[in-house]
Amino acid sequence: ESVAHFDRAVLLFQAWLNEKFSPELLENKSELVECVMEQLMHMEENLQRVRKGDLKASVHRMEIDRIRFVLSSYLRSRLQKIEKFFPHVLEKEKSRADGDPSFLSPEEFAFAKEYLANTEVYLKAVALRHMPPNLQSIDMLKAVPEPCLDSFVFLRVKERQENILVEPETDEQREYVVDLEEGSQHLMRYRTIAPLVASGAVQLI
Amino acid sequence: MFCEKAVELIRELHRMSDGQLPAFNEDSIRQVLEEMKALYDFIYIFDSFIISHNSATEGKSELIPTIKFRHCCLLRNQRCITAYLYDRLLRIRALRWEYGSVLPTTIRFHMCAEELEWFNQYKKSLATYMRSLGGEEGLDITQDMKPPKSLYIEVRCLKDHGEFEIDDGTVILLKKNSQHFLPRWKCEQLIRQGVLEHVIS
Repeated sequence: ESVAHFDRAVLLFQAWLNEKFSPELLENKSELVECVMEQLMHMEENLQRVRKGDLKASVHRMEIDRIRFVLSSYLRSRLQKIEKFFPHVLEKEKSRADGDPSFLSPEEFAFAKEYLANTEVYLKAVALRHMPPNLQSIDMLKAVPEPCLDSFVFLRVKERQENILVEPETDEQREYVVDLEEGSQHLMRYRTIAPLVASGAVQLI
Repeated sequence: MFCEKAVELIRELHRMSDGQLPAFNEDSIRQVLEEMKALYDFIYIFDSFIISHNSATEGKSELIPTIKFRHCCLLRNQRCITAYLYDRLLRIRALRWEYGSVLPTTIRFHMCAEELEWFNQYKKSLATYMRSLGGEEGLDITQDMKPPKSLYIEVRCLKDHGEFEIDDGTVILLKKNSQHFLPRWKCEQLIRQGVLEHVIS
């Protein structure tokens, strides 16, 4: 049982780092979140049974706090990105095909919709309705910036990748291919390796 | 010059780069909206009048740059106002994470009624979301803002806060200037609210 717990904590840790360092919102991991919360509940229950003042209690307490911090930070990262890019996040979710994985959990989707509605209602009430008739609406998709997929990220390679196409940085350069060796670390544009983050082949650090 | 008041609004927020929320500048907004109405009337009443009463084609096309200019000013004003309002919303949003769901009165005075309403809706949305996490009571992700370093911390009480119960049932009296050795996770919110101060020796 403790081996399964350890794996889940590691998965959470990896998801947390990826979400922290990725410029865009990554696939949602509701199952992992649910598992970790269950795990935290069990750990809290176990803690109640340990004698107060026992050294083990302190260690368990610390462990619970650490996991809860990583979980909270992970969810906060996601929420921040949802709020920052809300029209684009909603658009992406709406235009997703039925079989494709969802980027938002149902609760995050509800939150994003409420955030959009709240903001639109506010802008209308305070300013837009007092403006000339042809200027009473705003296209949120144009007004709110999209995530910058060209930002650079640090990554570690978990599974060897061959023939990754790298775009040229300057006019004199030409595009070239690289092989990513397992265990190597790189600094690259997020756009180049985005699908590898999703598949788990690389880990953002 | 057109759009000056609108740009002033932006400058006002730009000056407060630490995220502070200045008072809602109702006056300036009203002036920008009035300027927009004037510009609109210029285009649709004044310019249209000139165009429809001027039989010579040169007369009509001479006005096109003027109309374009006025329209650009309208768009710029719209953009500046919405940028001002949106940036304030971002600062207000940060307040929920900094102060919790009850804002200090000094800050509330700086918000207009619609901003308070936005804040209330945001609070509700956030609370619904947090409650939905995991199986039972959810998870308050506005806590645990910093990685846990130690279990217990030394804190000094900055103001009288009355009785405070910790997990094993003991009740502590938080009197101004008293010092206590308390579990870190219990103190986080009170530290953020300014009731307790972490003493680092």
